[in-house]
Amino acid sequence: MWIYEKKLQYPVRVSKCDPMMAKLLMEQYGGADGELAAALRYLNQRYTIPDKVIGLLTDIGTEEFAHLEMIATMIYKLTKDATPDQLKAAGLGPHFAAHDSALFYTNANGVPWTASYIQAKGDPIADLYEDIAAEEKARATYQWLIDLTDDVDLQDSLKFLREREVVHSLRFREAVEILKEKQSEKRFY
Amino acid sequence: MSDQVRYFEVFAGPFDPCPPIGYKSFQVPPNHFITFQPPNLPQFQPYEALKLGTLWQPLYSPYGSQ
Repeated sequence: MWIYEKKLQYPVRVSKCDPMMAKLLMEQYGGADGELAAALRYLNQRYTIPDKVIGLLTDIGTEEFAHLEMIATMIYKLTKDATPDQLKAAGLGPHFAAHDSALFYTNANGVPWTASYIQAKGDPIADLYEDIAAEEKARATYQWLIDLTDDVDLQDSLKFLREREVVHSLRFREAVEILKEKQSEKRFY
Repeated sequence: MSDQVRYFEVFAGPFDPCPPIGYKSFQVPPNHFITFQPPNLPQFQPYEALKLGTLWQPLYSPYGSQ
């Protein structure tokens, strides 16, 4: 169960009217390496991973939902006042045709999110390496998004999110080290 | 051999529908302890290496049906 705090993890301010950027940000909303994929990946892997790292997956998976809210806020702010013509000019015509200005879980190309973006292999080492790879890919995506806008306020929020990926990657690598240790021997009764 | 196996206890609750399995195991193969392979590691005999999949003894990770 979760307790919801009705505020963003980090402030989101968007200063430039740029609906095209909303389309690009959707890569982190419903893309393969986006926040939805991250949250669902970690929270699902929790059940079959050794006890020692369940808490880490819970914490990071929960934080990914907080990041998802930040991305949603950015996209919403950039599209809520746009006319159909402006959305069309921003490349969001197909999105508008299906969703009006509602948010939807697609990547920047409009491809809907799919569970095949994520994996749960059941092998703790394989699953954690998947998570580390996901964090690095998300970090790279944030870098390209920062490169794609000159809105310094939007960049500020994206830089915060990028840094969180850096921290999460290290935490997952620490989890691998914990599992590599010869910890509890199997006890026979 | 068993050096590459780790065990962890599976949570057992008071109201589980099935008998507790106790422990599960997973593999930590030797590649996870070598950052960059150093030179002059011990080698298998060539014919044995062909069967095992590696020339290098410290890289060999046996796995039998569980």
